[in-house]
Amino acid sequence: MADRTLAPAHPLASRRTTLTALSDELTGVLSLELENPVAAVDLRVDPRGDGPAAVAAAVGGPLPARPDSWTALPAGVALRLGPDEWLLTDAVARAEDWEFHVDEAAAAHGGTAVDVSAQRTTLRVRGPAARELLSSGCAIDLRPASFPHGRCAQTLLGQAAVLLVAHEIDDLQLLVRTSFAGYVADWLVDAATEFRPGFRPGFRPEPQPQPGLRPQPSRGTP
Amino acid sequence: MSRIDGYGRVDRTRTVTITVDGVPYTGHPGDTVASVLLAHDTRPHNTSVKYGRPRGIGAAWTEDPTGLVQVEEPFPEPMLLAATLEATDGLVVRGVNGQGRLSEVPDLARYDRRHHHCDVLVVGAGPAGLTAARAAARAGQDVVLVDDRPSAGGTLTGTETIDGRPSLAFVDDVVAELAAHPQVTHLQRTTAFGHFDDGFVLALERRARGASRQRVHRIRAARVVVAAGAIERPIVIEDGDRPGVLLASAARDLLHRHGVLAGREVVVFTSDDAAYAAAVDLADAGASVRVVDARERAPRAGRRRCEERGIPVETGTLVHGTRGEDHVTAALVGEERREVRCDLLLLSGGWNPTAHLFGHVGGRLAYDPALGAFRPAAPLPGVDVVGAANGTFALTDVLREAGGDDAPWAPAEEDPEPTLVLWRTAGDPSRQFVDVQRDATVADIARAVRAGMHSVEHVKRYTTIGTAHDQGKTSGIIASGITAELLGVPIGELGTTTFRPPYTPVAFAALAGRERGDLFDPVRTTPLHAWHVAADAVFEDVGQWKRARHYPRAGEDMTAAVLRECAAVRTSVGIMDASTLGKIDVRGPDAAVFLDRLYTNMISSLKVGRVRYGVMCGNDGMVVDDGTVLRLADDRFLVTTTTGNAAAVLDRMEEWLQTEWTDLRVRLTSVTDQWSILAVAGPRSRDVVGAVFPDVDTSNDFGFMTWRDTTLGGVPVRLARISFSGELAYEVSVSSWYAPAVWERLLAAGGPHGITPYGTETMHVLRAEKGYPIIGQDTDGTVSPHDLGMAWAVSSTKPDFIGRRSFARAENRNPLRKQLVSLLPTDATTKLPEGSQIVGFCDGGRLPPPPVPMLGHVTSSYHSAELARPFALALVKGGRDRLGEVVHVPVDGELVPARIGASVLVDPEGARRDG
Repeated sequence: MADRTLAPAHPLASRRTTLTALSDELTGVLSLELENPVAAVDLRVDPRGDGPAAVAAAVGGPLPARPDSWTALPAGVALRLGPDEWLLTDAVARAEDWEFHVDEAAAAHGGTAVDVSAQRTTLRVRGPAARELLSSGCAIDLRPASFPHGRCAQTLLGQAAVLLVAHEIDDLQLLVRTSFAGYVADWLVDAATEFRPGFRPGFRPEPQPQPGLRPQPSRGTP
Repeated sequence: MSRIDGYGRVDRTRTVTITVDGVPYTGHPGDTVASVLLAHDTRPHNTSVKYGRPRGIGAAWTEDPTGLVQVEEPFPEPMLLAATLEATDGLVVRGVNGQGRLSEVPDLARYDRRHHHCDVLVVGAGPAGLTAARAAARAGQDVVLVDDRPSAGGTLTGTETIDGRPSLAFVDDVVAELAAHPQVTHLQRTTAFGHFDDGFVLALERRARGASRQRVHRIRAARVVVAAGAIERPIVIEDGDRPGVLLASAARDLLHRHGVLAGREVVVFTSDDAAYAAAVDLADAGASVRVVDARERAPRAGRRRCEERGIPVETGTLVHGTRGEDHVTAALVGEERREVRCDLLLLSGGWNPTAHLFGHVGGRLAYDPALGAFRPAAPLPGVDVVGAANGTFALTDVLREAGGDDAPWAPAEEDPEPTLVLWRTAGDPSRQFVDVQRDATVADIARAVRAGMHSVEHVKRYTTIGTAHDQGKTSGIIASGITAELLGVPIGELGTTTFRPPYTPVAFAALAGRERGDLFDPVRTTPLHAWHVAADAVFEDVGQWKRARHYPRAGEDMTAAVLRECAAVRTSVGIMDASTLGKIDVRGPDAAVFLDRLYTNMISSLKVGRVRYGVMCGNDGMVVDDGTVLRLADDRFLVTTTTGNAAAVLDRMEEWLQTEWTDLRVRLTSVTDQWSILAVAGPRSRDVVGAVFPDVDTSNDFGFMTWRDTTLGGVPVRLARISFSGELAYEVSVSSWYAPAVWERLLAAGGPHGITPYGTETMHVLRAEKGYPIIGQDTDGTVSPHDLGMAWAVSSTKPDFIGRRSFARAENRNPLRKQLVSLLPTDATTKLPEGSQIVGFCDGGRLPPPPVPMLGHVTSSYHSAELARPFALALVKGGRDRLGEVVHVPVDGELVPARIGASVLVDPEGARRDG
């Protein structure tokens, strides 16, 4: 038994069908995709010392010099979350190896890296309506000139803390803590109502909950 | 019918039908309920709130102090203005007798929100706003332009000339130019209703298109241009509240926007030039008009135009009142109160700049005697007030103020006559209505002044003037003026009441937006949520989390399910999702020092590989949180917090690190969502854990309060011997990616032992049987570790920790403090309600007369499977010195005796924890 591989579960597996259906319906306007989980560490190191450079050498790419911005790594990204805090991801490494690897580089400079791979999950928001959708629940300035490629921000979407990552004008990533991910997915689906054809102004019933949007209780053996 | 051909911007090719007070009326797209009714020479069946006087429509937009209607269809809404309510097919409204009625059915429409950032926000799309927006757009700035009416143009009627063309052609040109700018967002039907610091403006859009009915725009602008125009001021006359009395500007607006002539026989009473335009326009549209000007001299141009049309102009004359029953039939003109027949009396006493948005952010207004009005006194950074909102009324000046060198041009008025400030004419003050909606009169102001009030703010609250839906748009300044007269002080010294948001009423539904129903508050779930749902768990809310409370089987209620789950844990094995526990990774050379200062007990002496229970207090020495501390390495700890307190504890830790203990080299990382914790508890838990993790030595070499790392299928797993039930128990921690898979493995391995999933309610019972407190349930912020019987968890050797000093306070050493004890009802059947008071003195089975001596209260109460009886935990004064005593708890009028006992009821020796 113990030698059988454990299957990972996507925190938003229950929303996958809904998001796919919505993206199909809104082709050319908006798409909401689940991204595959990646290894991630929260790096804390003094930005004034040699720590950032040492970590950069170890991970094979520069760390972003200014807060609220990101740079590409060979198999992931480095997001600067605060003066002495970065989130480093890697799509290839095992989570525990990635923590060990980054931590080893940071430790010599008084830094630490903590595995947070399963702390967040990532949604990809694409399409001409992407920024408008987010601006219905995010207060920061999302104008392309203010939030261009290379920027990221920790902010609120609806009432949940999210980490927004700007790729292109019509391409953004949204990282959210897994316990809030269901709420955020439901929030996005609701906000996308604005872009769905067939909705008329004025007084209308709320759209009924759709299958898959929320797990429905069923009677039966677990 | 008073619809006049050749006038108005409604779409006459189409009709809409609305129903008012049960009668259907036809109108056109672009009409309001008010314009439809006036087109049919009628009004809503309204009566006033206090005196039941008939009330009609007093203005053509938001300033109307009367003319409220109750909407019935499509959705019931109280107290909307007929003058602002767009006429749409199927709309059903009725008049309001003073008060509206809230809907009894849910509002099914969507309301949502949109955030904007821009260089310039222009409020108002009249000549000033359009000119300012065009200038900003041409300069390449991001512009948001909002205007509360359905179409742009403001007070322009089409009779004016701008840049040598009809004014509405100018409006169309600018609107088209703005539409072509990709950086301009132009929103009509959008009312900027609040202005806050740093260029933050809230605006409500009544949407014509889109999925939502209304939308709150939250706009952050580097510069705010207030071009909100001005509101005409009436003159208070006796019986001036009668239907058929309107603002002069309203009659003009109705004619030019809607093609509606509000009356056939018109008396215009004015002390200002603008009313002449109304007189001329109404005469041109076919009305018989007479002007009564309070001033000694009429303006030259106005008088000439009136003469051309045969409009009589009487100067130096006042209107003192009206006659009529349900509608005005005559104006009382001159000191002799001569009856002049009319079906429409227009009032015009000058203009009040709409400087509300300037006032919201602290802008000061000063009285300008030349205008007879308050206008912005000194500029505010980032805020420009232009046009009529700034007290600039002549069109040519308005355009220049808004557009600078690039401004369009309009011809100047020749020889204007100064406005005469006239708040009221002579008459019976008890019939001179100042706030028509509130039925508040000059007599009410006089009463306030006689009562000693000399501040307009006090007069406002005493008389209620300016507190209705319109917030005194027409009555506020007049009330100041009349108060000043009565007090004998200049109005400039007296000032006005404060402008506060919202400018116009905003529905709570709009403010709530999508934050209702499932999206009211974030629902946090664990990686095992889908499993809990499929297993028919009943959930409870713990903070924002959904936690499985119990798993009822067919026919079970909560009591039965919890008894079964408890018995399974005490006799075999149960499994619980404890993933909601807060988890914080604490690292750094000073991590042990840091935790020593945070917890009441010693953490630094903990060896790597071991676990310790820790208690956290506030500065006052009262318990705020508890949890376990795992020492992962010399410089690394993993601490858990209670589910509801995780964020607060992390914030508190960061606060101490960042503000007080900046010398400590410690870094904190929240890993609450990273790690899932699956608790396996019960005498058979060793068998289950041993089967799933055969590499781990589960003998008692793996001791209580220690942890070990292992792997499962290559995935790192941490096992910890932590028990919140008193039974042999393991907490299995794994990356949340793998939590469902590991859970399934544990269930499979537990199958032969009848492994039973249990929820938070069962956990509560099991821990209560062991006397373990739940912070926030058995404590309320006034309970110290000593009160909980946990003096052992308070270090006497550490030099300092948060709360330590408070333990030396005399009150903290008071032997009569409430202490945590158990309570066993002596009848062995009554479950004491949580929160019940405990009384110590009983007189023949009855409560003694008040004040009843209160000893404490019940904090937790359950049925126990193990004890086969109900039991409770309670905080009782001096409880630990009263063990064995019987106290009484009033339950449903009866006094239930209960015996005080030590807090640990099950396995006080702790024999079960090692299995």
